[in-house]
Amino acid sequence: MQKEMAYSFPDEVLKHVFSFIQSDKDRNAVSLVCKSWYEIERWCRRKVFIGNCYAVSPRMVIRRFPEVRSIELKGKPHFADFNLVPDGWGGYVLQWIAEMAGAYPWLGEIRLKRMVVTDESLELIAKSFKNFKVLVLFSCEGFSTDGLAAIAASCKNLRELDLRESEVDDLSGHWLAQFPETCTSLVSLNISCLGSDEVSFSALERLVDRCPNLRSLQLNRAVTLDKIANILRRAPQLVDFGTGNYAAELQPDVFSNLAGAFSSCKELKSLSGFWDVVPAYLPALYSICPRLTSLNLSYATIQSPDLIKLVSHCPRLQRLLFLIQVLDYVEDSGLEELASSCKDLQELRVFPSDPFGVEPNVSLTEQGLVAVSLGCPKLQSVLYFCRRMSNAALVTIAQNCPNLTRFRLCIIEPKTPDYLTLDPLDAGFGAIVEHCKDLRRLSLSGLLTDHVFEYIGTYGKKLEMLSVAFAGDSDLGLHHVLSGCESLRKLEIRDCPFGDKALLANAAKLETMRSLWMSSCAVSFGACKLLGQKMPKLNVEVIDETEPPDSRPESYPVDKLYIYKSVAGPRFDMPPFVWSMDEAVKILH
Amino acid sequence: MSKPIEHDYIGLSEQQLPSMEKSSDKKDGLHLKDTELRLGLPGSESPEREDHDQNVLSLKSFVSGAKRGFSDALDGGGNWVFSGGSGGGTEGLFSPRRGGKNNGGKDLSGSDSGSVLKDGAAQKPSVVQEKKPQVAATSSHGNGNIAPASKAQVVGWPPIRSFRKNTLAAHPPKNDDGDGNAEAKLGSGCLYVKVSMDGAPYLRKVDLKIYGSYKDLSSALEKMFSCFTIGQCGSHGVSSGDGLTESRLIDLLHGSEYVLTYEDKDGDWMLVGDVPWEMFTDWCKRLRIMKSTEAIGLAPRAMEKCKNRT
Repeated sequence: MQKEMAYSFPDEVLKHVFSFIQSDKDRNAVSLVCKSWYEIERWCRRKVFIGNCYAVSPRMVIRRFPEVRSIELKGKPHFADFNLVPDGWGGYVLQWIAEMAGAYPWLGEIRLKRMVVTDESLELIAKSFKNFKVLVLFSCEGFSTDGLAAIAASCKNLRELDLRESEVDDLSGHWLAQFPETCTSLVSLNISCLGSDEVSFSALERLVDRCPNLRSLQLNRAVTLDKIANILRRAPQLVDFGTGNYAAELQPDVFSNLAGAFSSCKELKSLSGFWDVVPAYLPALYSICPRLTSLNLSYATIQSPDLIKLVSHCPRLQRLLFLIQVLDYVEDSGLEELASSCKDLQELRVFPSDPFGVEPNVSLTEQGLVAVSLGCPKLQSVLYFCRRMSNAALVTIAQNCPNLTRFRLCIIEPKTPDYLTLDPLDAGFGAIVEHCKDLRRLSLSGLLTDHVFEYIGTYGKKLEMLSVAFAGDSDLGLHHVLSGCESLRKLEIRDCPFGDKALLANAAKLETMRSLWMSSCAVSFGACKLLGQKMPKLNVEVIDETEPPDSRPESYPVDKLYIYKSVAGPRFDMPPFVWSMDEAVKILH
Repeated sequence: MSKPIEHDYIGLSEQQLPSMEKSSDKKDGLHLKDTELRLGLPGSESPEREDHDQNVLSLKSFVSGAKRGFSDALDGGGNWVFSGGSGGGTEGLFSPRRGGKNNGGKDLSGSDSGSVLKDGAAQKPSVVQEKKPQVAATSSHGNGNIAPASKAQVVGWPPIRSFRKNTLAAHPPKNDDGDGNAEAKLGSGCLYVKVSMDGAPYLRKVDLKIYGSYKDLSSALEKMFSCFTIGQCGSHGVSSGDGLTESRLIDLLHGSEYVLTYEDKDGDWMLVGDVPWEMFTDWCKRLRIMKSTEAIGLAPRAMEKCKNRT
C-alpha cells in the first residue's frame, strides 16, 4: 500500500510536478529517488550545467538527457584568467556543438565560460539550431567577427548575445549589419569586448531602433560619447547600459543632449563602461543616480573627486565596482564617503590601476575596506586590492560583516605581513572564516603560515572555493583544508610549499571536488602518477612546457597539476605539454 | 608549530616517497636535500638539475642548433636572431627578466630557496620576484643578481584578468599632476600580443613588457615553439632526449627556415629587429613566425617605413 503510492501518479503528473523544479541540485536529488523518477526526470530536464567540460562527454550528456534546451559549459581552470594556463591547453567547444547539433535540434541557449570557440563552432550553431535564442560567451576566445556575422545572419529569434570579456578577432565592424531587418527580438547585447574602431554604428542604431524589448546594452570603447544620446533615445526602456568612451571635449549642447537622453531612461538601474572619463560629463548622470543599483566604474581611468561625488548621488547602490587610482584623492576617504551614502551596498570590488608600480604611494589601505564594512552592513561580496593589511582590520571587517559570502583580498606584494605587528595574517583571515559562517568563496594573500589553514579547515564548513598563493609552510596546511572543508569544490593553489603527503592522504577527497589546481608547488611526478593509477574517477594532468615530466626523476616536482573528477576518462585533445597520468593513456605511449 | 602528523596512506603508499618527506619533518621549514628538489622562486626557472643535465643540455643544444633555422634570412647583419645560447639558462616563458644578466640560475637556487620558506613570523622574505626594491625592506640576502631597475613580473600576479590588464595598458591612467609624468605610468601594465607560427595548431600569447630586448623575446619564442616542432614529430613527450629526437628537430628546422615578423599599428607586416626595442613594443600588434620564403619583400618596405618614422 505504501509502496504503491510512488507509482500511483501517472508519469504526466510527475512530469508536471518536476517542471517546477529548476535547480540542478534538486533535480539531481529527484533522480535518485527511484528508477522511474530517474527516467521521468531525465526526459524532462531542459537545462544542463556542466562546470567542467571534461568531466563528462557530450555523448553521455545526450544519452541521459535527450531533450535539453539550454546548456552551460565551463572550460579552462580559473587560473587561466591570470595566464597560468598555457594557450592550447584545451576547452574546445566544437565537439560539443557538433554532437548537440544532431541530438538537440531545439537547443535554444548556449552559455560558455573560458572556452575556445572557433568561427567554425559559431557557424555550426547558426546552421543547426532553428530556435536559437541565447549565446553567452564569457571570457572565451578563438573566434572572429566572421563567426559573429554567421550568428547574426541566421538566428532569427536571437534574444541574447553577450560576449563579455571575450577575445574577438576584430576583422570588420560590419557583422552587425548581418542582423536581418526582421530581427526584432534582441533583449540583451554586450559587445563591450570588441576593440574595433569600425563598429558599424549606423547598423547598431538601426538594430537598437527595431528591438523594442532591448533591456541590456553594453557598447564598446569605439562608441564615442556624442553617440550615446542617439542610442539612448532609441532605447529608453533600457535597464542596463554600458557606455563606450565617456570622453569628449566639453560642449554645452552635447552635455544637455546627453543629460536629457539619460533622464528619459526611466528604467535604467545599472551602468558600466566609462572608459576614458571626462569628469565634466559625469553630472549628466545625476538624474538617474537615485535609481541606480549597480555601477561599474572599474575602467574609469581617471582620478577625480567627481567620481566619488557621482557615487554619493546613488543611495540605492547595491553593487559597486571601482577602480582605485594610486596617487589619488579617491582613496580611503573616498570609500568612507561611499560607506556613509550607500547603505544598501552588497558587493564591492576595488581594482588597482597600477598593480605593477614600484612606488606604492599608498593612498588606499585597509582603512577603506574597514570603513565600508562599518557603514554597509549588508555587504556580502568583496574583492579588494590593496598594499597593506592588518589582522586587526580583518577582525573588524569580519565582525562588522558576518554575512559575507565571498571575500577575496589581494595584497599586492606577496607575503606581506601585518604592517602593524609584522605577524602573519593568520588571525585576521581566521576571524573571517570564523565569523562569516556562510562564506562560500575565499581568496587569501599576504604572509600566511599553516595556521590560517587550520582555521579554514575548522571553520570554513560552507567554503566551496578557495584560492591560495604564496602561503603556508608545509603539507599540514593543505591537509587542514582537504580534511576540514566539507563543502570544498574548487581549490586552486600556486607557489606554496605543499607536496605529496597531504595530497595522497586526502586522495579520496579529490573525488568529491570539481577540481584542484596546483602550480609551482612541490608535488612530485611520482605522486601524480600514483594518483593517476589509484584514482580512476580522477583525471590527473601534469602541465609542463619546458620538458616531459618523465625525463626527470620521479621525485621532481611537477610544474603545474590539474586534477578533476571525470566520468569521461582521460581527454583526447591534450596538447604536447599536458600529460595524463591515467594508466590507460600511458600504455598507449 | 607542532610536528606534522604522520598519515597512513591507506594503501596508497606502496612506494617510499622521496626525500621530500623526511625533510618536511623539520620544524623550521622545509630544508631540502641538495641534490634534487628545489622550490623554485615563483616565476623563476625550474629547479636545478644536476642529475640529468645531459638530457636537458641535449635538448637545448639542438635548440641552439636551431639558430640557423630561425635566423634572419634576409639580413645577414643579424639585426635579430633566435639565439639559443643564453648561457644554459633554462629561462622559460615564465621566468622573470634578468635585466641583461644571464645566469644559469645556479646562484638563485642555493641561497634563495630558503627565502621562500619562513621560519616564523617576523622575517619578510627578501626576494619573491627578483626585481624591485623592497618597500618594507628586510632584504637579507643581498643577492647580487637582482637588477633593481628591471621590473620582472611574476606571471599571473597580482591576479588581474588579461582583459582588464590589456584595457589599462592600452590606456594608462592619466596623471593629474600637470607636468604629466606619463613615463612612470607607462612602465606599468603588460602588453599581450598574439604569436602565430605557420603550421602550428594554435596561437600563443606573449607579454612584451616582460622582455628587455629582442634577444630575450627570441629565446622565449624559441622555447615556446620548439614544443610545436617536437609535437609535429608525433611523439607525445620526448621520453629521454636522445639522438632520435634531436635529429628530427633539426630536420624540421633546417628544412624550412623561419623569420619573425610583426604587424604594426598601421596593419603592415614588418620584419622584427629593425627598430629599437622600445619602439617595437609600442608598435607591435601581433607577431608571426613565418616561413622565410614568404617573407621576401618585407625588407624594403620595412626600411622605408623606418626612414619615414625617424
